[in-house]
Amino acid sequence: MIEAILIGLAAGLFAGLLGVGGGALFVPALTIFLGLGQIEAEATSLLAIIPVALVGAWRQRAHGNVDMRTGLLLGILAVGGAVAGVALANAVPRRALEIGFALLILYVASQLVRRALAPPTGESRAPVRP
Amino acid sequence: MLTRRTITLAAIGTLAGLFSGLFGVGGGVVMVPLLVLWLGFGERQATGTSLAAITIIAAVAVAVHGAYGNLHVREGLLVGVPAVAGVLIGTELQPRISARAISLVFAALLVIVAADLLFELG
Repeated sequence: MIEAILIGLAAGLFAGLLGVGGGALFVPALTIFLGLGQIEAEATSLLAIIPVALVGAWRQRAHGNVDMRTGLLLGILAVGGAVAGVALANAVPRRALEIGFALLILYVASQLVRRALAPPTGESRAPVRP
Repeated sequence: MLTRRTITLAAIGTLAGLFSGLFGVGGGVVMVPLLVLWLGFGERQATGTSLAAITIIAAVAVAVHGAYGNLHVREGLLVGVPAVAGVLIGTELQPRISARAISLVFAALLVIVAADLLFELG
């Protein structure tokens, strides 16, 4: 129980600090520290993302950064894709899912390096993307 | 009315939903760049707007995963609720500290995790 809380706090802290999504951090943390399988970690990560995205949207809205109509429309139009994505995750072999996820976090790592090496603009980085 | 904008949003949403359901992430990594590229959103507006969409996408994906029996509800809540506090602290600290070194260390950590997944080191 303590491990799960610490994972949440740490992953959230880094997500906020680095401006990266929670999911890319939740999934490996859940497999490494709680021993969940890849697909169980992905499902559980999605649940953990909900409160983070809700509070994030609410805060960003206060800053005038949320086009609520477009966001809700985008979410509704994404339902088919989300259902298909979960079905696909359950249909492909575990190895394929792990390799795909590894490529995803390599991409996130490359984005972190790119931003770290970019000349400072004086503007703080974009907010969280869970 | 099916406008060009709605079709574009449907394409972005479908891609983000697929990505989210397949990999257990929010889908912001897909949505934010596409909102910027295809609909001319600013980076901040795209990120904020994607958060509203992610709430719906993640809820749908969770429900379907639950039906497949993959969901650990207790762990998800135990991670997700404290994560909110973590994110709030992180975003407060972000402008005050140099995230550059931390970014590089974290990128290295992600590369190690990816290598572990790819080559089954553990």
